[in-house]
Amino acid sequence: MSTTLVSDAVEPYAIAFEKLRGELPGGDRVTELRRGAMQRFGEIGFPDVRQEEWRFTDVSPIARTEFDLSPSAGSLDAADLAPYSYRDCYRLVLVNGHLAPELSDLAGLPSGVEVRGLAAALGAGSEAAEAEVGRHAAYAEHPFVALNTALWRDGVLVRVPRGVVLDKPVNLVVLGTPGGQPLAFFPRVLVIAEESSQLTIVEQYATLGEGRYLSCPVTEIVAHPNSVVDHYKLQRESSSAFHVATFQIHQERDSNVSSHSISWGGDLVRNDVNAILAGEGCEANLNGLYLVEGDQLVDYHMRVEHVAPHCDSHELFKGILEGSARSVFNGRIYVHPGAQKTDAKQTSRNLLLSRDALCNANPQLEIFADDVKCTHGSTVGQLDDTAIFYLRSRGIGEEAARSLLTYAFAADIVERIRVPQVRQELEEFLFRRLPKGDIVRQAV
Amino acid sequence: MSLLEIKNLYARAEEQEILKGVDLTVEPGQVHAIMGPNGSGKSTLARVLAGDAVYEVTDGQALYKGQDLLDMDPEVRAREGLFLAFQYPVEIPGVSNVYFLKAALNAIRKHREEPEMDAMEFLAYVREKMKLVKMEESLLQRPVNDGFSGGEKKRNEIFHMATLDPVLAVLDETDSGLDIDALKIVADGVNSLRDDKRSFVVITHYQRLLNFIVPDVVHVMVDGRIARTGGKELALELEERGYSWLEQKVATGAAAPVEA
Repeated sequence: MSTTLVSDAVEPYAIAFEKLRGELPGGDRVTELRRGAMQRFGEIGFPDVRQEEWRFTDVSPIARTEFDLSPSAGSLDAADLAPYSYRDCYRLVLVNGHLAPELSDLAGLPSGVEVRGLAAALGAGSEAAEAEVGRHAAYAEHPFVALNTALWRDGVLVRVPRGVVLDKPVNLVVLGTPGGQPLAFFPRVLVIAEESSQLTIVEQYATLGEGRYLSCPVTEIVAHPNSVVDHYKLQRESSSAFHVATFQIHQERDSNVSSHSISWGGDLVRNDVNAILAGEGCEANLNGLYLVEGDQLVDYHMRVEHVAPHCDSHELFKGILEGSARSVFNGRIYVHPGAQKTDAKQTSRNLLLSRDALCNANPQLEIFADDVKCTHGSTVGQLDDTAIFYLRSRGIGEEAARSLLTYAFAADIVERIRVPQVRQELEEFLFRRLPKGDIVRQAV
Repeated sequence: MSLLEIKNLYARAEEQEILKGVDLTVEPGQVHAIMGPNGSGKSTLARVLAGDAVYEVTDGQALYKGQDLLDMDPEVRAREGLFLAFQYPVEIPGVSNVYFLKAALNAIRKHREEPEMDAMEFLAYVREKMKLVKMEESLLQRPVNDGFSGGEKKRNEIFHMATLDPVLAVLDETDSGLDIDALKIVADGVNSLRDDKRSFVVITHYQRLLNFIVPDVVHVMVDGRIARTGGKELALELEERGYSWLEQKVATGAAAPVEA
């Protein structure tokens, strides 16, 4: 029976692929990649909860939905974009998976630096784009990566050449404009930091309008030797959004990548974060903060692979859950033979603010080297009654005391955010979300 | 009217009875010391007065300014002028000491129908209070008690007390574990706040503090009640003889509280 279901769900995607393939961007390699990915998706179909990697995240609502797989861009103006267009950034905007050049702002981009639509880059024969797209994010075991790889229409290429320090962050705004038939889009982001370069990129996912949709991005970051990449992701889509994303990091010798993934939007949210530390002396700092309420589900699947010796990876994830929200944190650290002097640390902390909220935290350490330091810690708890009493004993009301302590729980992620616009956005969100947020605003 | 009038107070935590009929009256401007062995209920009394929900009051009453104290939420007690200096102050990372105090003071002022202080006014006000406890500016900017040493935490409690300007301050073993310099700073802070309206209940395990904060009345608590009440000379007697003679008397039912 289940095979029938798989092929039923898969068929619309195969049909859409056949219809679209002529117009999808890419040269020979990318075209072949698309074909292989579509074929693979046909074989594996959507995952179900019997599969270990999807045990707590049931994507059958996605499999059941009939999406428009080729939505049009719609028309937006600057006012629609205002909440997401941070000042002092290079900005690129994708609407329903299409690049919106009229909403983008690349004024002053240093020569030699590429920040452009991915389709246009491939069309113009960008060797870097043609060579690197899909080289890192493996689709064979991940149906959503397969779907994205087969069906992406556009996306973004960021390439900072050797030795260049990009002066301003790149703000990538990925908007969905649902309404009417559910729609799905598959943005593709490729970031290449060449040797000894440095860049900051902010990915924002947001919604204008109401209705079901699926945003299914794949972001690949290639950090060449001695490069520095500071990445932020702000997932703030509507409560009708499915968001299934893969973030793939490939690090070469002495590179330093840090990422902060903030998630408060969406209905069903899944993030696969994979980092491969391929050269000696890499450092990866992968942090995250998620705030979910109602029936929201947020799932972070982390996989950090230490391939080379002398690499550090640090993961700190914090979750705040209300209502009957659920979270999944699956943290895998894989230390290859020979990756001596690995220093891997993983921490996941969850704060449950209601009885019905539920979190599943599952650290998985696989270590095949003998001179390494690997630690993991996972906590689930409520607000501390003594701390609440302490604050109340100073005259702070109970609700405000709870909010202050909730803010305090999130604060060490907030404080790590180095892009002021992002940090401020998160703070403002917390002040809005937390009861008596005006008192919190005053007290922090 | 007495500032605080506790009559026959019983309280328990989980299934254990801890306070077993406490009587205590504090007049405006008085400093009361409560001494006693570990486990006698001193800290429980302090926390019951401040409204810690861990404890359930099973009998008796506590009137504060003639009102039923036990009926008030902890924050209302604070806004009405009750302050508890915690034995173990809580660390609140991410919340700045000074901004938190401003929010607390403004909550209290609002309750008293006084205008809220703006940032400039508050900073000027708080700088005066810092001098009282020789607080370093850096402790002001840091998160509440986060990474503070034991002595810094206790000083910070006194600093909170000075800033929030209470009518009745309860100090729960604020002296424990302090070196002599820190102890003097704490005592100086309390002494400088003494006046004919403000009252203190100083809970301590050690007589040493009372060399620096001279109490009007000394109580000894044993097994959940006030077993003995006297003047400051009672503290000296305890220093010499320890608590065991009183515990024995309580056990045989011979210790009758003496009015001060």
